[in-house]
Amino acid sequence: MRRGAALAAFLPLAACGGIQSPLSPVGDQAVALHSLLMLSIMICGIVYALVIGGLGWSLRRRRAEPPPDTDARALDHSLWIAAGVILAGLIALTVGSFIADRALFAARGRDALAVRVTGHQYWWRIEYRDPASGRWIETANELHLPQGRTARVALGSADVIHSFWVPNVAGKIDMVPGRRNLVDLTPRRLGWFRGQCSEYCGAQHAHMALDVKVDPPAVFDAWLTAQAQPAAAARDAVAAHGAAVFAGACAACHAVRGSGAGGRAGPDLTHFASRHSIAAGTLSMTRGNLQGWIAQPQAIKPGTMMPAVALAPADADAVARYLVTLR
Amino acid sequence: MTPDDALRTRLDEAWRDPPGLWGFLTTVDHKRIAARYIVTALLLMFLAGVLALDMRWQLSVPDNDHMGPQLYDESFSLHGSTMLFLVSVPLMEAMAFWLVPLMLGARNMAFPRLGAFSYWLYLGGVLTLWIGHAMDITPDLGWFEYPPLSGPTYSPGHRADIWAQMITFTEVAALCASVNIVATILKMRPPGMTLARMPVFLWAMLIASIMTSLSMPAIMLVTSMLISDRLVSTHFFSPAGGGDVILFQHLFWFFGHPEVYIIFIPATGFVSSIVEAFSRRPLFGHNVIVLSILSIGALAFGLWVHHMFAVGLPRLGNDFYTAASMAIALPAGLQIFCWIATMWSGRPRLDTPMLWMIAFVATFVIGGLSGVMTASAALDLQLTDTYFVVAHLHYVLIGGALFPLFGAFCYWYPKATGRLMSERWGKVALTGIVGGFNLGFFPMHLLGLMGMPRRVYTYPASMGWEPLNQVATAGSAIAVAGGLVFVANALISYWRGAPSGADPWGGSSLEWATESPPPPWNIAYAPVVHGLTPMWNGSRPLPVMDGLADDHRQVLITSVTDAAPLYRQTSASPSIWPLVAGLAVSAMFIASIFTPWAVPVGTLLIGITLTGWFWPRRPRAKQGPLGTGG
Repeated sequence: MRRGAALAAFLPLAACGGIQSPLSPVGDQAVALHSLLMLSIMICGIVYALVIGGLGWSLRRRRAEPPPDTDARALDHSLWIAAGVILAGLIALTVGSFIADRALFAARGRDALAVRVTGHQYWWRIEYRDPASGRWIETANELHLPQGRTARVALGSADVIHSFWVPNVAGKIDMVPGRRNLVDLTPRRLGWFRGQCSEYCGAQHAHMALDVKVDPPAVFDAWLTAQAQPAAAARDAVAAHGAAVFAGACAACHAVRGSGAGGRAGPDLTHFASRHSIAAGTLSMTRGNLQGWIAQPQAIKPGTMMPAVALAPADADAVARYLVTLR
Repeated sequence: MTPDDALRTRLDEAWRDPPGLWGFLTTVDHKRIAARYIVTALLLMFLAGVLALDMRWQLSVPDNDHMGPQLYDESFSLHGSTMLFLVSVPLMEAMAFWLVPLMLGARNMAFPRLGAFSYWLYLGGVLTLWIGHAMDITPDLGWFEYPPLSGPTYSPGHRADIWAQMITFTEVAALCASVNIVATILKMRPPGMTLARMPVFLWAMLIASIMTSLSMPAIMLVTSMLISDRLVSTHFFSPAGGGDVILFQHLFWFFGHPEVYIIFIPATGFVSSIVEAFSRRPLFGHNVIVLSILSIGALAFGLWVHHMFAVGLPRLGNDFYTAASMAIALPAGLQIFCWIATMWSGRPRLDTPMLWMIAFVATFVIGGLSGVMTASAALDLQLTDTYFVVAHLHYVLIGGALFPLFGAFCYWYPKATGRLMSERWGKVALTGIVGGFNLGFFPMHLLGLMGMPRRVYTYPASMGWEPLNQVATAGSAIAVAGGLVFVANALISYWRGAPSGADPWGGSSLEWATESPPPPWNIAYAPVVHGLTPMWNGSRPLPVMDGLADDHRQVLITSVTDAAPLYRQTSASPSIWPLVAGLAVSAMFIASIFTPWAVPVGTLLIGITLTGWFWPRRPRAKQGPLGTGG
């Protein structure tokens, strides 16, 4: 009941949530922070109402002339009351903060899924352990998480400082070159969510987003097994031509496991077409968008590290055709 | 005691600046220097406000192509750097420059030439940043330029150097100004103004200046380290070379957090003066307010880490910095209580300056409370680097510092010009600024909670951030329109305003004792003070002390705690050397962007100019003890 009443009071706030919002928590860590947020808003709201009430009363009250002696005593007393009210609010918030802080790392590391995420200007390198071989396998810009299990994500950076923030699941932690940070993610609800870099990292900071998918454990396991596979061979003549062009024009930066392409400067594209979006959340995954991106990356995402490679139109189409077969 | 004409003539003769351009370049009159600071800073505030409007335009619709990423990044960097380093802090120093000697009944600052020097260096910083902008070497990494992004690898060219040297300029200027203010307040108080009888305004300026001198060295150190990483390949901030990028953040915020209070504490001085005058009773809880300011000043140095909760520092520290950051709400809250209590027990008069104080309380408290929310190490992980923080910092800086400053401007305008500003247009401006500001910035709290990070030049339509962004843009435009009304009112009143007389508001402190505008020598006799509110305590005319020379520049020096007269000191006369020394320092700072040789050569040059500045021409600096007190 009390929960219901509290919820009703914050209904307008809850309506503001979304797939990238601390107001719609789906992970244990975000739930702890959400409770703390609601407690803070409640206490701050009460304090603000008291201040405005006091201010209004002070300006409007009727005054005796000359002011009675009781005024001075009343003020001295209420100074102590004010100090008490402020302290009580602060203590409640501090204790609430301590409790939430502990909750962020309450999960047991032993059972956790190990994931590595590395920030790049302006994309995310993501690595999981292959359950079969135990080797690290690589993907990019799309994080899959099993429902109900904690993923312990090790965060690093290859260049400048970025910040890893998937607000529906947990709070942000910076990705600092030369350091390794950890964040626990324990998602409870299925669905697509979105994260975004939240430390200014250069020209395309605004287009450094991360798709996050929470799957049932079995679906997640199947996905991971599929990701561990090398890329399928080209299925038709156009795709085969595309693969050849890719090996010449793109492979210096991009890897496709199972083909000769092994570049490490850009995202691994082994299962590129299985992803939700292109260029770290900049475009949705359609063939048209992909062709545009290959032709004019600097027009779509000015300042991206991907250069515009001069390809004949037919070659560019073939590369796009090849890439969309990489499921 | 009103001076007779003969005395006025002699004082005029002694304190007058040389006429024309030479007088402009050599003046050491604290009022002229402060006015320069204020005009420069207000112009910059206008420019930075235009940048803000431009950015709001860009953000008002998703995927907007009004600005590209480079232009947007330059805009927010220029906006933030200008507002924080070239507007807020210098404006507060300027108010101190203008008011402190008047409030002390003193004839000038303790170090008049240092005051001139600090303005020239500040101007050097202004020109470095904005001429750099005109030449398209605009800093583009925000108002704190974290390495490695600002290091030589990721920021080739000179944009980051311009930013770093602009800071060096303004920080040297701020150090000079704060030393000057501290010395003036501690050694030039009028006889009888013991520390216990010092108005809150002077306490605020004293503590803010002490904080300035303790925190500025950290930022000068860190920008110098950045410059040397960029110029001579040191490795302070390069992880590959054994450096640490987090060191930069520690040093930056060890300055950056106190800086917020260096801006806010002077504002509490304005509020205290204005609330007292318009409630028509002595401030309730004078000691509580002074102790609050002192404890804010001390605590401010112990919570810089709350800007770095997301960095991943050892978690043990989180609890300490959370508690320390929350603790600052207690003194701040008690101050608010004391001001409201003063209004409650007084007879408030709602003229424009007082309305600004009410707007200040109603707005600043929101910023304070959102600050308490971000003070939590845990909750901050959802709030920092989002629009919630953008909203928070603008509520604190605009609501907490600029609203009191606007109120102070209205309050002391008659003293500075001898004319009253229009009350009607003052209220129109206030309504526009306060209403537009709240309309523009409150929705940003929600945008932050809806997941919008700060410093993004655009956002996809699918995020649903558009409606609130449009409200924010509309609000900002209204606030800027209100600001234009404010400026127009000030300009028109300068020529058309009704004459104000010496004391139009019935103020409590000594600046109201002299005529408006004050003559170059400020006040003919040193007043003698018997209480906290000298203008309300005694009979007219005010008790004064005679004996200061009227045929040359002389000021009274008193003891630190009791303000007992110690001796008379010759006050420096106009000189070109502060400008020449300022040029030498500027040459060194600018050249050191390009070559390390600038440092030895520049040091030599500065040494020569300082030798010229301090070349002894006077037989003695002071003229014998007075024999009383001390």
